[in-house]
Amino acid sequence: MSKHYIIGVFGDEEPLLEAVKEVRASGTRIHEVYTPFPVHGLDELLGYKRSRLPKAAFLFGCLGFTLAITMQTWMLGIDWPMNIGGKPALAWPDFVPVSFELTVLITALGMVGTYLVACDFIPGNEAKMPDLRVTSDKFCMAIERDGTNAAAVTALLNKLGAEEVHEKELEL
Amino acid sequence: MYESPIRRPLITGETSYAKITEDIAQTVEGKPTKWWYLGFIVSVAALGLWFLTVGYLLFTGVGVWGLNKTVDWGWDITNFVWWVGIGHAGTLISAILLLFRQKWRTAVNRSAEAMTIFAVICAGSYPLLHAGRPWVIYWVFPLPNTYGSLWANFNSPLLWDVFAISTYLTVSVVFWYVGLIPDLATIRDRATGLRRKIYGFFSFGWNGSAKAWQRFESVSLILAGLATPLVLSVHTIVSMDFATSVIPGWHTTIFPPYFVAGAVFSGFAMVLTLLIIMRKAMRLEQYITINHIDVMNKIILVTGSIVGSAYITEFFIAWYSAVPYERYAFINRAFGPYWWAYWAMMTCNVITPQLFWSQKLRRNITAVFIISIFVNIGMWFERFVIIVTSLHRDYLPSSWAMYSPSWVEIGMFIGSQGLFFTLFFLFAKFVPVIAIAEVKSVAKSSASQYIKKTADQEGVDLKELNPQVVVPQLIDQYE
Repeated sequence: MSKHYIIGVFGDEEPLLEAVKEVRASGTRIHEVYTPFPVHGLDELLGYKRSRLPKAAFLFGCLGFTLAITMQTWMLGIDWPMNIGGKPALAWPDFVPVSFELTVLITALGMVGTYLVACDFIPGNEAKMPDLRVTSDKFCMAIERDGTNAAAVTALLNKLGAEEVHEKELEL
Repeated sequence: MYESPIRRPLITGETSYAKITEDIAQTVEGKPTKWWYLGFIVSVAALGLWFLTVGYLLFTGVGVWGLNKTVDWGWDITNFVWWVGIGHAGTLISAILLLFRQKWRTAVNRSAEAMTIFAVICAGSYPLLHAGRPWVIYWVFPLPNTYGSLWANFNSPLLWDVFAISTYLTVSVVFWYVGLIPDLATIRDRATGLRRKIYGFFSFGWNGSAKAWQRFESVSLILAGLATPLVLSVHTIVSMDFATSVIPGWHTTIFPPYFVAGAVFSGFAMVLTLLIIMRKAMRLEQYITINHIDVMNKIILVTGSIVGSAYITEFFIAWYSAVPYERYAFINRAFGPYWWAYWAMMTCNVITPQLFWSQKLRRNITAVFIISIFVNIGMWFERFVIIVTSLHRDYLPSSWAMYSPSWVEIGMFIGSQGLFFTLFFLFAKFVPVIAIAEVKSVAKSSASQYIKKTADQEGVDLKELNPQVVVPQLIDQYE
């Protein structure tokens, strides 16, 4: 759904970080900030909670490990035990490599899948971004126009060193 | 972010975010150079030879190889281990160096990881064909079958290898692609028409939002944490294919660390061979600088020394074990009918990397290129020596034999190089070969232009810094 946004375009990370601090201090809600590369400390300034992806990764890891151990135990120990020179059918040390590999595989696939779905990054999706230059050299701040004093916000962004400030109707 | 000006710059010359985008995107957007066409045609020709020899092999059977009853692993397994080993440098650069926060990683990780993926594909083709009937290769996986079900044997290192190599390939592809998404979006946002559609599809709707970057960083860090033990496990498991057998010369506990060090050693040599050509052909000297080559040479020196010590340890332990077969295997390696392979390995892997103690040689592109080729050859001979010399004279002298490859094996080896380089040339044309976003993230702290600015602001005279640290070339780079 399209909405009206005030877009502030910055040329570098330092003025952007300063602006994020000031705009939030002035009580204006920032919809989202777009940058060409990961800017350290930006998520904290925006008040974002830490990502829960590490927890998801841990759970996928547990799943992978359980699957691997269950599979090997069931196949070699229960479904078709083999007598190889009288050695035990369930030789746990031999299960270490495959269990490790499957744990890594399922953690990686599960976590990356979660990441893509959480960000709504699906092959062929349209990018929801305020300005095409944010993947090159510009840093953009998007603020919803409705419910804010548009003139005051524009003035503030200009004062904080925005190179351009404009209003756009788009879906973010 | 303040960085001490005595660190060597990672981006030389004038730079800005827009220029970084422009310089790297030109490799995708511009017309390829003459060198690209020439290299691509040669690679495709070699790939043709691969299809020819593999086709002949499949229609006739593995009897067309030079293998015999005694030497039943030859060039096929040699090439398999060689290719897998080469892959290891890519993961080391992208994962282990990410955990160690090494900034020089950013300029080389994309191409090194592409190299990993293509090398593992080449590696995988060998056991696949060695199995004889690749159309039933799914039998290696634990799938229900009509025999009862008789499952795959999880006690076998060969099965561990199946899991290790396929996991390694999958995780490498995933890691590589996650990092690629923002850069594909950069190409998308500069393009129009069909290119915009194609790169738009493959960039998954990346928008560079702060939330996406936060998740991206979290995912990258965990993938690096996963890939680090993974890459160590892969060559460890490959070495267990040998070490868990009872063949003299194979049955040793030194194999896992020795194989991993050798893998990183050969991988870095291949990275250097590729990058020295690529930085020139794609005009990326500003990003893949002599300083990058220098640090990679140091890694070659370290891992080469580990490999050298392993060779000597191996020989010593064979004598110290007092096992006659073990002793004979090593005497036979060095002085038997395959002595030339052994000494080729010793020269290329033990002596050549020691040249890198000299800073002059580490920073001389021609010398580095030649040494990297020597290391590639030496590491190929290492695998040949381990496999063939151990097998050809086994416990029973009546079955001793010699082995030499047939034209099919030679053709397949040249062909697999063709497969590798064809994939690499396609990668270099269609994908940003340097991680654009990552290079931008270190530009402020590591570009000579910004370092100089910081030094000026702080009143530091770059020329008056500790002369032991600041070598003349370094000062030149700031000028």
